[in-house]
Amino acid sequence: MSRYNLDYLDELEAEAIHILREVAGQFEKPALLFSGGKDSITLVRLAEKAFRPGKFPFPLVHIDTGHNFEETIDYRDRMIERIGERLIVGHVQDSIDQGKVIEQTGKNASRNALQTVTLLDTISAHGFDACIGGARRDEEKARAKERIFSVRDEFGQWDPKRQRPELWNIYNGRIHKGENVRVFPISNWTELDVWNYIRREGIELPSIYFAHERDCIVRNGQWMAASPFLNMDEEDVVYHKKVRFRTVGDMSCTAAVESDADQIDDIIAEISASKISERGARLDDKVSEAAMEDRKKGGYF
Amino acid sequence: MNILKFFTAGSVDDGKSTLIGRMLYDTGSILADQLEALQSSNRKNDDGTIDLAILTDGLRAEREQGITIDVAYKYFQTDKRKFIIADTPGHIQYTRNMVTGASTARLAIILIDARNGVVEQTIRHSYLVSLLGIKHIVVCINKMDMVDYSETVFTAITEKYRALAAQLNLNDVNFIPVSALKGDNVVQKSERMVWYEGQSLLHFLETVEIEANDDARLSRFPVQWVIRPQTDELHDYRGYAGRIAAGTFRVNDRVTVLPGGSSSVISKIEMFDQQPQEAHAGQSVTIHLEDDIDISRGDLIVNAANQPLQSKMIEADLCWMDARALDTSLTYFLQHNSKLTRCKISEIIYKVDINTLEKHSSDEFKLNDIGRVVIKTADELPFDLYDESRENGAAILVDSRNNLTVGAVMFRAAVA
Repeated sequence: MSRYNLDYLDELEAEAIHILREVAGQFEKPALLFSGGKDSITLVRLAEKAFRPGKFPFPLVHIDTGHNFEETIDYRDRMIERIGERLIVGHVQDSIDQGKVIEQTGKNASRNALQTVTLLDTISAHGFDACIGGARRDEEKARAKERIFSVRDEFGQWDPKRQRPELWNIYNGRIHKGENVRVFPISNWTELDVWNYIRREGIELPSIYFAHERDCIVRNGQWMAASPFLNMDEEDVVYHKKVRFRTVGDMSCTAAVESDADQIDDIIAEISASKISERGARLDDKVSEAAMEDRKKGGYF
Repeated sequence: MNILKFFTAGSVDDGKSTLIGRMLYDTGSILADQLEALQSSNRKNDDGTIDLAILTDGLRAEREQGITIDVAYKYFQTDKRKFIIADTPGHIQYTRNMVTGASTARLAIILIDARNGVVEQTIRHSYLVSLLGIKHIVVCINKMDMVDYSETVFTAITEKYRALAAQLNLNDVNFIPVSALKGDNVVQKSERMVWYEGQSLLHFLETVEIEANDDARLSRFPVQWVIRPQTDELHDYRGYAGRIAAGTFRVNDRVTVLPGGSSSVISKIEMFDQQPQEAHAGQSVTIHLEDDIDISRGDLIVNAANQPLQSKMIEADLCWMDARALDTSLTYFLQHNSKLTRCKISEIIYKVDINTLEKHSSDEFKLNDIGRVVIKTADELPFDLYDESRENGAAILVDSRNNLTVGAVMFRAAVA
């Protein structure tokens, strides 16, 4: 027997492309959830590899909290222009205006939790039966047990006890009406794998991933970008710092890390040596040890 | 650098979670904030050190009960290799989880408690490893610290295990004496067992050779999706997209399309912006044929010189994965690569008592039962035997009433 073994990035890429094509083959109306973060940007690249020169067999869906970094929205619009695919935007502001959710108040107010409602409404309004997301199993320990095809009931709930066994590379996407499946093609990638892939493929990212100067304040021991969305008051001291962001979420809940890494090589070096995991910079996971598990049960990405 | 997916089976008492936790910890795969969460947790070992097992316990229900109830995937890497661990519980009621975890693994770690030696669950885990066709096995004889790091104890267990391995046709079996709790022979070679001349577990995992599955004679390409842009400039473009399940395909290869048996020649292989002359097992590619044949999702393109078996009656090993027992009067879906067909289980040939390996006849097939059955399919299925091709020799059963995955199927023979 010969010794042809794929390089790890080639293997991860081939697996993700296989999963995306299974989505295309098994579902009537899939969608790709696009957050503007590096993981969903990677998914877009993988979709190009899976379906070009054809069109994507799904639109991109962005849930816009209204508290996004401006750089993310700019990036999104330029990317859509380049790839020529359809974008559907669900606005959390609409859910607030319709009275379906209530804006949080106080210093730790965030629209992060509200977006679940907007997401579920967008899914049902368009009748999506599969939503492709960029979650990875190495992000958090509840995710370590989630399937690549993860079935949600009509309330978007994930039931960790009722997961379908997922064997070999066979994905069972059969569902009843009203249910939908969340699909995670890069489940088996680590944060470092994503960065190495972005470097190898020369993929452009929103500028906030790279070190830049910005006004910041301290919240819960972490650097946050000063913005009108933070409910700042006179007690908040504004510092001018050189920072970058390791994830792209809401301005109200995505913490910055101090960094001089303004090139992708520097970022990879920084992550390789890092002492804080990526989700450590997300305040929304910190509430309790079981925070992620609770949110997933409620239909979070 | 390549990836090694491995599987660990063992019960809580064997220290499996501690062993995995130890590998993550000693390779620096735990980050500061995770470590902080660990240290603030109130679970500690008797001597006050961190309980590393917490690292692999995922869900809250598991933390409360102190057991692992599902398959958890863990990731770490060294300078030599990337590793994906499928970590599963070892008790008999979690047989289906073990089967799931083992299905994608290329290597298995079997844990044995040095104080107890080869016990019932060792037989069970080894049987599952052999059933799922995992070729490389590392038997970790753990808790060596509890038996004074005794070579005699180690040797006695290896001899006993060799007999079991022979019975199960497990050929590549390696033994390593370890103490997951103290770290002996997990990442670093232990100074407390100078009599052991082999490698540490991690060093072994980094260097073991895993054969590729690219035997050109068994070339199989399940079509997942047909790319037809139908634009003005790409009017005649028709590419068959899929992931090569086995073997190697080259431009100019003569191929057969199943079912139907149409023949053609590969005119082009595409990987996005590249056009390689050949592609191998595991790669996702788009294949073009010289002739305009009606091909759709679910079809299988194979090397014309070596075709798979084709039958509507297949003898297979089945592991039942649902709380609702098998109903032989019911029609199920069989999902095999990208192909979905209806089927019935027309006969239960025998069931296996996986604690003793004894076969016996039975009319019922319940959760976690494993045995040999005959599957009758609505469409003729092009397949290979599981031992020859894991990818084209395996399938799942789906309950048509509730869409749950209820069975794992490994093809063993075509029924004449």
